[in-house]
Amino acid sequence: MGLLPTMLLYVLFRIFPIIDTLRRSFYSWSILGTKNRFIGFDNFSKLFKDKLFINSLVNTTHFTILVVLFSFAISLALAITLNNRRMERFSAVYQLIYFLPVITPMVPVAVMWKWIYDPQYGLLNYFLSFFGISSQAWLVYPNLALYAIVIMSVWKIIGYYMVIFLVGLKNIPKDYYDAASIDGAVGWQVFRYITLPLLRPIVLFVLVVATIQSYNVFTQVYVMTSDIQGAPGRLVRVLVYDIYQNGFRYFKMGYASAESVILLLIVLFLTVFVFRLMGRED
Amino acid sequence: MLSTQRETLETGIMHVVLILGSILMVMPFVWMFVTSIKPSIEVLSWPPSFIPKSPTLENYRTVFRTAPFLRYFLNTFLISTISTLSILFTSSLSGFIFAKHRFAGRNVLFLVMLTTAMIPLETYMISLYILINKFGWINTYQGVVAPILVMSFGVFFMRQSILSIPDELLDAARIDGSSEWRIYTTIILPISRSALGALAIFSYMSAWAFFIWPLIVINDRNLYTMELGLTMFQKRFTVDYGLISAGSIIAVLPILIIFLILRKNIIEGIAITGLKG
Repeated sequence: MGLLPTMLLYVLFRIFPIIDTLRRSFYSWSILGTKNRFIGFDNFSKLFKDKLFINSLVNTTHFTILVVLFSFAISLALAITLNNRRMERFSAVYQLIYFLPVITPMVPVAVMWKWIYDPQYGLLNYFLSFFGISSQAWLVYPNLALYAIVIMSVWKIIGYYMVIFLVGLKNIPKDYYDAASIDGAVGWQVFRYITLPLLRPIVLFVLVVATIQSYNVFTQVYVMTSDIQGAPGRLVRVLVYDIYQNGFRYFKMGYASAESVILLLIVLFLTVFVFRLMGRED
Repeated sequence: MLSTQRETLETGIMHVVLILGSILMVMPFVWMFVTSIKPSIEVLSWPPSFIPKSPTLENYRTVFRTAPFLRYFLNTFLISTISTLSILFTSSLSGFIFAKHRFAGRNVLFLVMLTTAMIPLETYMISLYILINKFGWINTYQGVVAPILVMSFGVFFMRQSILSIPDELLDAARIDGSSEWRIYTTIILPISRSALGALAIFSYMSAWAFFIWPLIVINDRNLYTMELGLTMFQKRFTVDYGLISAGSIIAVLPILIIFLILRKNIIEGIAITGLKG
């Protein structure tokens, strides 16, 4: 009986919409309510000829690979550094500082970075000028804009993964390291044969979460590039943005549902893939 | 001797790297604040000045004159509070049931919840919107909070925590004639205090940063959340960075203050909730 309120809310606002999305992806459906009919796989076959969709799929994948790789490497390196016993006294202060972007919501963060990337008066171009690099039109050229958003996304999230890695590192018993040093293992070997394997569940968690989050990137793209989003250059159009446009701007809800299904499949596939990959390493 | 020298050098290098990183972490906030107290002419001066020559609060006054940021703040506050309370209640109650009660279909039900925990809202927002629209909940508070009243991960997290409570404790209470509801309120909830605290921080933070869903279901300016209000504000004053910075500082300040007060609890809470997922 006690499960009733949870289950009710859960089925109504989660299970039902998920199933309903699957169903609608086979319909030509608009909220304006005119020609709603079953069209089989038409939405999907249309999607793969849709340049905007392909473009956003490529962009999102590109974005995800970069963000996952960099945020993973940087946060793990930071965590290992902070876990050093000589850093113990300062660990809390550094954690606090690196966590600032994590607790700050995405919109103000994106607004800040948009100003930093400003092609004329931006702080970044000012700093680059010291190194003799001429002003770059960040957020104007598709490629640069993608990297700009990657940098800012990595900046925002590393503190989170760093703290999670730190918890994991703290849980590795000291004996393992002592044994390794007796055996003469150094730096990289310790990392490769002790730290990494013992950290595996956490590495797995971070990879899955980072990948899913990155595939669903939206807020920063919307805020930072929205005034130029509609431009013919299709500047860093990402999947969720494409779904949002098709669904809520053009009201092609069946079509947008089909896109959602593809996003869902990607998310599920990657989750399973990462689990498999990590499971095999024993 | 040599090895201690080497150690000192290593420690020094670590600090240099960490401090450089720290500067990168803090810089955007500082820059935003500095920009917010500059008059517009100075904002667009080159090279940029790091210490405002003629600091002013004019931008802040203009922000409050042109957009109801206090209203946005209260909207976000209301939505996050309702979401968090509901998540705490539903997660602890169903966590208790999943952990301490046997019934047909328990494992299947739990497994379904776990699998869907990974599915992000972005993948089913279209159908959710159609549903909320049918309810007539577009542009309402209930429309915004509907999808964040339950967190499957929260159920899982509370179950894990409640599993560690010994059964004997509950049985003793049952022998004394306590109802299950009484056990939930007088034993389970007090013992789970720290887990509930961690979950509260996690859900409050997620609700506060909630963006795409409010963007879709709300177009009435009076219902804008902080995130939405700031976005629209930014779109309105695209190039007036003094104003936009002031708006962002207003949006960020309450969170930063709470973070600095509860820093340890927040970092730990988020790390713990993150990990048990």
